[in-house]
Amino acid sequence: MLSADISTVLPELILAVSAMGLLMFGVYTSKDKAAPLILWATAGLMAVLGLWIAVAGDGAQTAFNGAFVDDAFSRFAKVVILFSAALILIMSQDYLAKQNLLRFEYPILVALAVVGMMMMVSAGDLLALYVGLELQSLSLYVVASMNRTSVKSTEAGLKYFVLGALSSGMLLYGASFVYGYTGTTLFSDIVASVEGEHLPIGMLIGLVFIMTGLAFKVSAVPFHMWTPDVYEGAPTPITAFFATAPKVAAMALFARVVFDAFGATVGDWSQIVALISVLSMFLGSIAAIGQKNIKRLMAYSSIAHMGFALMGLAAGTETGVQAMLIYMAIYVTMNLGTFAFILSLEKDGKPVTDIASLNQYSTREPLRALALLVLMFSLSGVPPMLGFFGKFWVLNAAVQGGLVWLAVAGVIASVIGAFYYLRIVYYMYFGEETDPLDRPTSPVLWGVLMVSAAVMVLGIVNMFGVEAMAKAAAVALVN
Amino acid sequence: MENLLSIVTFIPLFGAVILALFLRGDDEFAQRNTKWLALAATTITFLVSLAILMGFDASNTGFQFVEEADWIMGFTYKVGVDGISVLFVMLTTFLMPLVVLSCWNVKTRVKEYMIAFLILETLMIGVFVALDLILFYVFFEAGLIPMFLIIGIWGGKDRIYAAFKFFLYTFIGSVLMLVAMIAMYMDAGTTDIVDLLTHEFNSETISILGFSIIGGAQTLVFLAFFASFAVKMPMWPVHTWLPDAHVQAPTAGSVVLAAILLKMGGYGFLRFSLPMFPVGAEQLACFILIISAIAIVFTSLIALVQNDMKKLIAYSSVAHMGYVTMGIFAVNQQGIDGAIFQMISHGFISGALFLCVGVIYDRMHTREIDAYGGLVNRMPAYALIFMFFTMANVGLPGTSGFIGEFLVIMGIFQVNTWIALFAASGVIFSAAYALWLYRRVVMGDLIKESLKTIKDMTSLEKAIFAPLVFMTLLLGVYPSLVTDIIGPSVEALITNYNAALPAVVEAATTATH
Repeated sequence: MLSADISTVLPELILAVSAMGLLMFGVYTSKDKAAPLILWATAGLMAVLGLWIAVAGDGAQTAFNGAFVDDAFSRFAKVVILFSAALILIMSQDYLAKQNLLRFEYPILVALAVVGMMMMVSAGDLLALYVGLELQSLSLYVVASMNRTSVKSTEAGLKYFVLGALSSGMLLYGASFVYGYTGTTLFSDIVASVEGEHLPIGMLIGLVFIMTGLAFKVSAVPFHMWTPDVYEGAPTPITAFFATAPKVAAMALFARVVFDAFGATVGDWSQIVALISVLSMFLGSIAAIGQKNIKRLMAYSSIAHMGFALMGLAAGTETGVQAMLIYMAIYVTMNLGTFAFILSLEKDGKPVTDIASLNQYSTREPLRALALLVLMFSLSGVPPMLGFFGKFWVLNAAVQGGLVWLAVAGVIASVIGAFYYLRIVYYMYFGEETDPLDRPTSPVLWGVLMVSAAVMVLGIVNMFGVEAMAKAAAVALVN
Repeated sequence: MENLLSIVTFIPLFGAVILALFLRGDDEFAQRNTKWLALAATTITFLVSLAILMGFDASNTGFQFVEEADWIMGFTYKVGVDGISVLFVMLTTFLMPLVVLSCWNVKTRVKEYMIAFLILETLMIGVFVALDLILFYVFFEAGLIPMFLIIGIWGGKDRIYAAFKFFLYTFIGSVLMLVAMIAMYMDAGTTDIVDLLTHEFNSETISILGFSIIGGAQTLVFLAFFASFAVKMPMWPVHTWLPDAHVQAPTAGSVVLAAILLKMGGYGFLRFSLPMFPVGAEQLACFILIISAIAIVFTSLIALVQNDMKKLIAYSSVAHMGYVTMGIFAVNQQGIDGAIFQMISHGFISGALFLCVGVIYDRMHTREIDAYGGLVNRMPAYALIFMFFTMANVGLPGTSGFIGEFLVIMGIFQVNTWIALFAASGVIFSAAYALWLYRRVVMGDLIKESLKTIKDMTSLEKAIFAPLVFMTLLLGVYPSLVTDIIGPSVEALITNYNAALPAVVEAATTATH
């Protein structure tokens, strides 16, 4: 039995063991001088694992008595997580080296966080869920405050830790309720123990607390308070990381819990999801309007986007899950490109995050400006960019699930949101001439930006097959 | 040539890609190459599109030149034209070379300017040929992006306000349409417009929050589409983005906006609102007729008091679009024929009027009416052309403007004589503001010092106006050119509309009893 279990969790195991091995290597050799090597090794390993999971994965297996589930759904999420994390690592090298922040622990912590995320999306048990979540969160708390000498960065780490710990506590509390009422922590047993269409009151309380904890992790309103400050305070590459892989993991975990553990009582949780979805969309769209810092703006933007992804989930159907997965995949691609752009903004060697510094960017760097323009229109959901099709998918799922009011609210929020994305375009194309920024040099960032913009335009031809993969993943989860 | 429509649609985009990839530098030589290439692309598009017009069989009321291919999410890439859409395609391809020519003196960021117009042309043609709901929406919405940039980058002093207003106003109308489209998709199970045209949407009375809605889902979906098309048209009272956008847009942008983009709203009414939701349309037709009448009278009066020439013409556009909605919702042969005719003719006339303003704006850099006067003394050719299009705008018999307005008023007279009365009074008002504008700008003595050295039109400018004059006259004296093509399709549309109506209404009334 054990060997079968081991072979199921092999990718996670490999990543975890290599992370520890690299830690030893770093400690006993040259410490921070080895950082680039470790970084590339980790990124390479993640990419290889991602490919492996994408190509070799097949069917659905469980390990450790159902605590770990390997199915098409978890594989979809893992592939997205691994690739985005690998890309973020590569993107961050130049930036961190320039800021003197390139410590060898950074890639290792990211790798451990990724192990945690992979466990989260594969969780088949409340305890496995919690362990994965904490592994991820603890690693993230540390990387958030990696810039030890900066007040803002340490503040970000601390804030993230305190609020994160609170949310973990709530989640655990909810889990204890569910355990108390069902006598099991295994998702498959929880779902089997529910009779009828509605949960007993004790389990309902448990569900609400668990969802509160998860909403913290996806930064959905009203549990979003930490997001803007952490995004702003953390070093930019780490913000980029926060905006991508952990969001996918948390959203996938959300789906995993509500469908695997509470799939029989869709009506009970779908209204909660619908509510936090609509709140997130509106708060994210409205609060971003006043932002002057592009990182804070992206924080609110991510809140709004999580609202849209939750809309797919709120539908409570297979189409809804598929829509959510497609939305997340598109969201991650857009954010990678946008953060590649933000990372390349410098003035006199210092990173810049003020939106107004983009004034007349298009005259100096026409191609980059065009790429960001594509990404901004994509983020705001204007066709023909791929971002529109992501929005269309979730709206479609919502209408199909009978949530027409949610769809209408969503499109109105997207119009409000369009304003601040347009503002960035406005600075780049219509703004007043100001002191120019430095010419960006990093080819990696250039490449990521261009590829992600190109994907947004060319993806409308066939979505690169993501549609079918998400379909398989949704089928695996919902049935 | 099986892919003729796709070829026509994507030639401009192809031109834009070539411009973007292969043209470097910003010196005079590069700028000239850019313009020539853009001109070549638009001209080739026009020439190829002539093949569509030649091959079009007017007696066939179905869709022609249909192409179909699988696309994402189970949608199809499906394009085709019928009698209603083919002329809009022609209008677009005909005007775009003239638009490019009118930018010949632009010096700032020429490459981007031309790329924006070429992409815009692809998107505009796409709107008129798309036969899949989502494909239509993509083209319809995507057009906002280049226009937003055209106004924002090359526009006037308050361009940023105007660009944002234009974008957000149109966007909010369209997203409601998107939700309605999804609802249609749920109801009919397809996004194919040809299938949707024969699908009978649910029209049972439903009640929401205690309000019972007659016509049910059809009325709601109709309203959502109406929100989008009414903003795009634009209809009173959601027209306020248009004067701002027009005033701030560069000349070529104004021409495209007035001549083509506004027609998308009218086209949308004819393609979706009338044939797909006849019960919803029936419920709201009266309301639309009334606001059209208000639009004609109200915006004409507003046009009278404008100081800015472009604003005046913009308000006059809103008034003329009032005739279009009026004609469409009269739902009879004359009305709809007139509406389409009015849209086509307004495409030529308003485009030409904005070009007329552009001619003197290029020389004096002001659009204030008070800054001019007595131009006829130094610019006789300009005075003649401006006179011609002013008359066409007023609806002088012999010009295309007359036919459109006359047909619409004839159509509406059969439906409601009071509304016809207001519509006809609009003709008088339009004469008042247009002729008064002409008098203040062109007639009188040339007393302004700054105007003493103004030069008459160059041969390039004359060349731009020549085709417009020709078309306006041609359609004015030989309107069957248009009505023969649109006639059978419009007739089929009305027959289907009337056939759908009593059956459904009866069903609805029996259901309520």
